[in-house]
Order: sequence, then C-alpha cells, then structure tokens
Amino acid sequence: MDLTAINPSLLVASLMVAAVPILLAAIGELVVEKAGVLNLGVEGMMVMGAICGFVAAVATGSPVLGFVGGAAAGAALSLIFAALTQFLLANQVATGLALTLFGLGLSALIGQGYNGIKPPLSGDVPLGPLADIPLLGTILFRHDAMVYLSIAVIAAVWAMLKYSRAGLVLRAVGENHEAAHALGYKVVRIRVLAILFGGAMAGLGGAYISLIRVPQWTDGITAGAGWIALAIVVFASWRPWRVLIGAYLFGGITVLQLNLQAAGARIPVEYLSMSPYLITILVLVIMSSGRGRASTAAPASLGQHFHASR
Amino acid sequence: MLRLEKRPNPSRGWTAATPVLAVALTMIAGGIMFAALGKNPFEAIRIIFWDPLFNPQFASYSRPQLLVKAAPLILIAVGLSLGFKAGIWNIGAEGQYIMGAIAGAGVGLAFYPAQGWYIFPLMVLAGGVGGWLWAMIPALLRTRFATSEILVSLLLVYVAQAILASMSLGLLRNPEGGGFPGSRNLAQYPAAANPELIGGSGVHWGVVAALVAVIATTILLQRHILGFQVRLAGQAPRAARFAGVSPNRLVVLCLGISGALAGLAGLFEVAGPAGQISIDFGSNYGFTAIIVAFLGRLNPIGILLAGLLMALTYIGGELSQFLLGLPAAAIQAFQGMLLFFLLALDLLSNYRIHWTARGGR
Amino acid sequence: MQGEAMAELLAVEGLTKTYPGVVANQEVSFTIKAGEVHALLGENGAGKSTLVKMIYGLVRPDAGRMRLRGAAYAPAEPRAARAAGVAMVFQHFSLFEALNVAENVALGMENPPPMGALAARIQQVSDAYGLPLEPERRLGDLSAGERQRVEIIRCLLQDPKLLIMDEPTSVLTPQEVETLFRTLRQLAAEGTAILYISHKLEEIRALCDTATILRRGRVVTICTPAERSARELAELMVGEALTAPARRDRPRGAVALEVRNLSLPSPMAFGTALAGISLTVRGGQVLGIAGVAGNGQDELLLALSGEIGSAPGTIWVAGTDLAQAGPNARRRAGLVTAPEERLGHAAAPDMTLVENALLSGAARKGLVARGFIDWPKARAFAEAVVQRFDVRTPGVGVAARALSGGNLQKFVIGREILQDPAVVVVNQPTWGVDAAAAAAIRQALLDLAAAGAAVVCISQDLDELLEIADDFAALNGGRLTPTRPVQGLTIDQIGLMMGGAHGLEVAHHGL
Repeated sequence: MDLTAINPSLLVASLMVAAVPILLAAIGELVVEKAGVLNLGVEGMMVMGAICGFVAAVATGSPVLGFVGGAAAGAALSLIFAALTQFLLANQVATGLALTLFGLGLSALIGQGYNGIKPPLSGDVPLGPLADIPLLGTILFRHDAMVYLSIAVIAAVWAMLKYSRAGLVLRAVGENHEAAHALGYKVVRIRVLAILFGGAMAGLGGAYISLIRVPQWTDGITAGAGWIALAIVVFASWRPWRVLIGAYLFGGITVLQLNLQAAGARIPVEYLSMSPYLITILVLVIMSSGRGRASTAAPASLGQHFHASR
Repeated sequence: MLRLEKRPNPSRGWTAATPVLAVALTMIAGGIMFAALGKNPFEAIRIIFWDPLFNPQFASYSRPQLLVKAAPLILIAVGLSLGFKAGIWNIGAEGQYIMGAIAGAGVGLAFYPAQGWYIFPLMVLAGGVGGWLWAMIPALLRTRFATSEILVSLLLVYVAQAILASMSLGLLRNPEGGGFPGSRNLAQYPAAANPELIGGSGVHWGVVAALVAVIATTILLQRHILGFQVRLAGQAPRAARFAGVSPNRLVVLCLGISGALAGLAGLFEVAGPAGQISIDFGSNYGFTAIIVAFLGRLNPIGILLAGLLMALTYIGGELSQFLLGLPAAAIQAFQGMLLFFLLALDLLSNYRIHWTARGGR
Repeated sequence: MQGEAMAELLAVEGLTKTYPGVVANQEVSFTIKAGEVHALLGENGAGKSTLVKMIYGLVRPDAGRMRLRGAAYAPAEPRAARAAGVAMVFQHFSLFEALNVAENVALGMENPPPMGALAARIQQVSDAYGLPLEPERRLGDLSAGERQRVEIIRCLLQDPKLLIMDEPTSVLTPQEVETLFRTLRQLAAEGTAILYISHKLEEIRALCDTATILRRGRVVTICTPAERSARELAELMVGEALTAPARRDRPRGAVALEVRNLSLPSPMAFGTALAGISLTVRGGQVLGIAGVAGNGQDELLLALSGEIGSAPGTIWVAGTDLAQAGPNARRRAGLVTAPEERLGHAAAPDMTLVENALLSGAARKGLVARGFIDWPKARAFAEAVVQRFDVRTPGVGVAARALSGGNLQKFVIGREILQDPAVVVVNQPTWGVDAAAAAAIRQALLDLAAAGAAVVCISQDLDELLEIADDFAALNGGRLTPTRPVQGLTIDQIGLMMGGAHGLEVAHHGL
C-alpha cells in the first residue's frame, strides 16, 4: 500500500466536491424538518433531479439550465408529498417511502437511452491567481460554482432561520403547530413552502451528481445519498453549519476509502465501501443517546399530523 | 372549500373499497404513462394484467412464476405489517433478506457435499436467525439509545449489500467456479435445495412458508393478545401504556419477527429460484414488500392478495418488456404510483369530505 | 379602589350562545369599568369559557350586544379584539419551548419591532410591572409561573385596555401568586380593566372589586367579593346551601392502599413533580383528593396505575409492594385506575367498546387464556358494563369515539368498577359530564365503597368530593396535605388547603 500516493490537498478538495450533493439535500431536508415535517423521499427527489437535470443539460447544452431543471424536478416531486401529507393527511413515513420508490422507478424510465452520454461540462470558476496558491489554492479556489453555491445556501438558511421573521415563524410551526395555529399562522402553507424548498435542494444535489461529480447517468446513481442526507440532519442537531461539517465528514470518508482502495490498501474493497454507512450509524447512536431528545433540538412537532379542528 | 370531518366510526365500506379503487386509478394513470412512452395503453394493460394468467401462449410459463415471485413478497410484507401497525418502521427488510440468505447458504455450503435430511432444516433455521440478528441491531439501538430504526435499518441494507459482494467474491465463492464470483449453486445440491414441490405450479417451501405466515398472522392479530397490543400501540400509545404494553418489548418483538421472516424469504430464494449467492442476489423484494404491506392495508389476507397482484405486475412487466419493449423501470414507477393512490384514498375511511361555503364557522 | 367614579369600559348585554343540545350562555349581562378587577366565577360547565371566547372574538354570540367604551363591539376574530384593546392570557399557553422569551413574545405580536428593540422593551415592561424576565432565556427552562409572565408581557406590549385572565393561578406557587397580584393591581391603578376567571374563592376575595357569578349559563348575581365570605360565594356558585355531609357509617376494613413518601419527577414537559406523598386508604373508605389542574394529579395517577414505576417501598396494596409492578400486575393485585383523559388514555378512540373492555379488564376478568383472547367473554363483559351503567350506545361494536362524553365516562368508570377491585383510583371522574351521568357515577363509587372497596377520588370539583368523600386531602404543587375527615371541615379550611398552605397551621383570621 502506497500512502504517499494520496495527496492531502487534493483529498480535501475532492471531499468538498463529494459532499455537495449530500450537503444540498441535507440543508433542504433540515428546513423541512424544522417546519415539523419528516420527508423520507429525499432519495427519490435526488435521483429525479439527477435525471431531469441531465436531460435538461443535454437537451439545451447548458449546464446551468440543467441545474434549474434538476431543482424543478425535485420540487415537482415534493409537491406530491406535500399534497398527500398536508391536505390528505397521509402518513408521512409511508408517503416518503412511496416517493422514493416512485422516484427511483420514474427516473430509470426517463433515463432510458441516456446511459453513456456525456453531459455539457461545467468548468471551475476562474479565480485567477488565487487558484495558484499552494495547498490552499487547491482546497479553496479551484472549484466549480456549485461548491461555492452550496456553502452560500447553508449561510443563507442559517441567517434566515436565526434572524428573519419568516425563519422564526417556521421554527414556531415546527415546535408546536397547535400554538402556531392558535396564534393565527398558516401552518399548512408554511409547511408546503418548506417541502418545496427541500425538494428543490434535493433535486439540485442530484443534478450535481449526474452533471459534475460522476458525470453521467446510470440507474440509481445516487446510491443512498438521500438516506445519508437524512442521517446528517440528525447528526447536525438540526443546525445549518453542522450540516456542512457532517456532509464534509461523510464526503471525506467516502473519498478516503476510495483513495485507500486506489492506493492498494490491504483492506478488502467491500469493507471500505461499507464504512461510510457504519460510521453514519455510529454517529446516529451517539447523537440520539447522548442528552435525550429535547437537547438534540428535534423540532417537537416533527412527523405529527396537523389537522385544524376549528 | 373542502373540509375534512373525522367520522365517528371508521367506514368499513371505504376500507374495503380503497385498494380496488387505487388499482383502478393506477391503471388509468399507468395507461397515460404508457401512452406517453408511445405504447398503446390498453394493450399494455392487457399484457401486464391479463396475458400472464390467461393467454394460452404465455400462461403455462407465467402462472407458476406468479407464486414464485409472490411468496417472498408476502412473507416479508406480513412481517413488516406487524411493525407498521404498531408504528415501528422496519425499512431495512432488504438487508435482513440478504443476511438471511447468506447465513442459510453459508450453513448449507458448510455441509457440502454431505447428504442428510437435517441439512435443509438447519439452513432454514440459519436463515431465520440471520435475518433476526440483522433486525436486532436497529431494535436494540432503538430501545437502548432511542436511535431511529428507520435510518439504522436502511443504512444496514447498504452494509448487507457490501457483505453480499464480499461473500460472493470471497468466503462463499465456488472453488470450482472458474474464478467467477458467486457461490455454488444450491438448487443443484439436493440436500440443500428448495425444489418445486408440485410440478409446474411454482410452489416451493417458500410458498408454503408464506401461506403459513399469513394464517399465523391472521390468528395472531384477531385472537392473540400480542396482535391486540400491536394494534393498540399504533392507534393510541397512551392507552397502550395504560393497558400495560411495554413499548420496548414491542419494538424488539416486531423488528425480530419481521427480520426473521425476511431472512427466511432470503433463504428460500437462494436455495430455490435464485440458486446461488451472487452480487446481484438482492432483487429489491425487501422494498417492494413495503408497497405490498400498505396495499394489503396491513392485513394478512389483504397482503396475500396484494402480493399476488404485485407479482403479476412483475411478470406482466417482463412480458411487456419482451413484447412491447416497455422498459423494466416503467413497472417500478407503476408500483410507486399504486402506493401513492392508496395513501391518497386512505383518508376516506376515516374522514368525511364536506363542501362548505367560504367563511362558515 | 379609586376615589373618583370609574368610566365604563366593557358592557355586555343579553349575550346568548347555544350549541346543539346545550345552552352555554343565556342572557348574560354585566359591566366592567376601567381600572376594575372583575371576577368571573362559576363551576365547570357554568359557561365562563364560552362567554370569554365571545368577548375575545373566538366565538360569535347568537344574540346580545357588547359595547367597548361606548362603541359597538363585535370582534370577528381575536385579531380584531386585540386591535380594539382586548388581550387574553389563556389557561393553556401558546408558547414554544425551544425558542427564547423574545422570540415567543414576537410571535404573539402583529408587527413586532426588531429583536434588539423588542428585547429592550421586554426588559422595560417586565421591570416596570414586577415580572422579571430575561429576553434571552429559552422558554423550556422557565417555570410555569415564568411562562405565564411571558404570556402576560406579550399582552402588555400591545397596550390593552381590558386584560382577560383564565384561571391564572392554577400553575403558580404562592409567591408567584403574590407577584401576579401586585402586577394586576398596578395595571388596574393605571386604568386597565381586568377580567379574572377563577375557582379560587380566597384569591377572588383578596384581589377582585366585583364578581359576576355564573351558574348553568346564567348570571346568578353580581356582588362585591370582599363583602361575602368564601362559603357564601361557594353557595352562590353551586346553587344550594352546602350542608355538612351526613355521617357515614360504613365499616372500615383493613388498609387496602398505602403510599409512603412517594417522590417522582414528572414525565411530561409542563408537569409537576411529586414530592413526599403519603396516604392510607382502608376498605370501605372514600378518600377525596382535591386540587386544581397542574398540581400533580396526572402524575399521581400514572404512579398509581403503574404506567410509571416508583422507588421500591412507596406503593403498597394489601401488604404487597407494587411500586415497581406494571399496570396488569397491579390489576391482578386488586388496584384499578381510571385516568382523566377519556379518549386516548382510558380508551382507544378508534377501537370498539368490546376491545376497550379488554384493554383494562383482561387481567381481572380472565379474558385472556394462554395468550389467546376470549372474545365472547370480552363481549359479555362489555355488555354487562353497558347494561349496569346505562351507557347509551347502539351496541358494543361501535368505536369509543362515537359515544358522547358522559356515556363514555360511564363506560370507562363502570369497566373498572365491574372488575370487583380492592382499590379504585379515579381522576376527574365527572369532568365534562352532564349532571345525570355524574350523579350515576358518584353513586356507583359510593356503592363500591359500601361493598368494601377502597376508593380514591382525585377531583377539581369540591362539590363532588364533599358529597362522596369520607376523608379529604389536597394536592398542591406535587405535595399532599395531611388527610382530614370531611365531617366538620369548613369551606374556608378547604380553600386554604387547596390554596397552598401545607397543613392547617396557617392562621385564618379576618377571612
């Protein structure tokens, strides 16, 4: 095993890239869960974003439109979830699962004939001399636009939740939807908006996988990224900046194990490839066992039905 | 505008009608989807639902396949439905299915090439235990650490798939297989095989097990106190505590039963229709079983019918692939749609819909 | 309170509201003056909350008028009421535990100022009125009394002319009650009128200028509380002269239930921990435990039913230590309970009466044999309950939620009584139940005691306790006063016990 073949600054740079899809999906789901809704359909929305983004990019030749298409597809799929859970009072867990299954099937359907095609490439953002700084340059300044955008989204969500009226109301709805309703806030409307945002983010993350990270389309290209994103929301105790840390951590493990495989590590490939999932489980256990549910800041209304009885 | 009003009594009529209605709506929506793909919708629906059963050209092949495909779905879904009824979400049945297969196959291959009546029963036991153990991980993590069983059981599916790959390439690899991944073919090893019991019917031990599971669960839910506790815990958790139900015990039991049944399904599959442990052994039965469980309204008889229906869509789907060039993914989307419609219609049994004039109080 | 005549603020004339089957308010009329502290007094079901909902705009009256400062007043929703200067602090708070004080206040306001300015305002107002609060503190860390301050400050920041308070002291310690009263007096001195809804007769006599007493939806009288004794007020509320309960000559059996120094943290977020509770009940005895909601009743019932385990040696039934036993073990030992919440706790709303009979009766009525349910037997049990307790229902196959409140309560209590227990503990047995059903339930409990069982009745309804209990104790802030025989107990003493004096050493002069 030749560990010197692993370049640390490249490693960090590549982990930032690997983390983007999960990061986007996780921050989207964080907003949804802060509003009190558990949407397990993240995987379905991501894969739909992946294929629709891919198709849009190939059809128009523009990666930007590809991303827009991916976000739109994720949002559209999440609309089904919103309709079922907020208006038809369907069970959130079952509906989320249905969303994932449907998304996986529909995306494979749409993706017929797109296997092996190369999408229009997005280059890195030209940052001139900054990109040439040794070590830091590679890590920070040689990325495509989405990497920077994803960090910007985290900052925006954090600011909105902490400082804005809309963010306050969203948090209130997630904490105690009965009280929010009693105070006159439109619980259902707020939740639907949050769900759409979550869908758009998941779709965006999925599009990133098919347009930049891989970049091409195969069935099931997301490989469980949506589920990891859900776990990261728990890991982050529903705090936006911690989502960043969690996503980078997970991205780091993924990239590290790939590098180890490439460097000829003696550990069998399969064990390396299951390590990210095992570590996620470990993290979940630590988070949930630690200080009890109240301190882990789970929104108190998470997953509960809201039916205005007035 | 629409207003929902909770019914004083759940409507029996609607509870029975919703699955039928959901199937009908899905056929319509699915037909639209097929038309969008450029296929004649009526022909597609006919090929999927009618031909496998009744078309003389295909039925003799397809009909036995119905039971083969339905058995694992029913077996797993029955186990899942117990947990779902109680609000315990085992999403990782696919992983338990795989681990049961690996455990059972491992035991069988350990005996190779010996012959003996005891080998197959031991494999069955190992399969059940393997699935049960894999489900105990999320169970214990939930009872001791309050960790979400949804996420843990799901993540373990990926771990199970990695273990499957490792086994196919390593420990369980067929030494006489010319270096190719995959275990010895168990279906050809008589002491370990799960053969067709009645020629041409597709019935194997897995089918028998599925039937037994349906009957046992029906009795459990209707006549046994555990079944009552499961229903109570899902409907009214405070009342369940009042009645003396221990939530932790229920979690361990429900996850354990569903894990064991999924493991059994895996064993019957690997020793029968699939034949060997290979990298692509997992065929998503564990996930499709979730749809079957809901489609059957978490009721064992319902699940029996729903499993048969789902199996029909699989076989019909293969047929349509063959005859119409319809992609396999279309069937998956179709199945997802079915679940959507069912969930959407579900509220009709518990709520009445009113049209009121705006501003009424 | 003040020398010069006070201006009329709110005039209510002939307010009437009916719901299907019940007249909530009938021709209610009274006036509140600016700067007056006006009490609204009445028992459960007297119509207080409906009346107040009409004033606050949550409900529209069927007939009658209201005038606010001379102008017609008919709010279509709470927002309109708030805009007109009417604010309300509910009994059940609309607060968000994970958010801080400033955020909670902001959510209750129409157009809150930016956080920095708001925090300063909160600080200012809270200091001015003696309700110290730090804007940065998380709500979940505050005590019930402090949370109420947040609700009050939320109201005060909107400059109300009329402040309505619904049962404000049910969650307060004696010191917090004092603080609250000081604040209210200060507000009144500044011209704000206060409409004060309460059960607590002593407090009303201490705080309020005027009291409107409601009974069965009608105004019985409007009087000055300070001029009446607590007993007179109680009698006006209840409508009849309260006679001392007749001598009971039921023979006392052996000790059936004993609780020794039970202390327990509350499993609920807003709950009250139990502290050092001790009581003894004998066969044939009825022990009444009084206390307004929020003082530990739910927790006590959970501890007795076995849904929460307690420290070994704290709960004894007929000489057996049951502190760590679960609900069914306790049932087998002869201890049965009936929780306050009919739908969701005592009974599963979507299950049939047969299934609900099985829920609690399985252990004592032998409804389960080797794990298998004997449905015919369960059905027979349910039918027996329905028959014996006159439960109006189309049959035992209907869901629990289809029954009316009174009928379901008869079923729930009857189910426990028909199990032939040695000890039965009930929590609010006639809450929200019509008079006929309430009478039937109380009689059933008395009959059970006459047959030799021990009965513990936890209730907010003094009337009920005086009627059926032999002995009396009050639950206050998680503590239980020593037990006293009901005979010879005066209303004043009872009020004191419920009001927070632990033990009756507190002098009661001048009351």
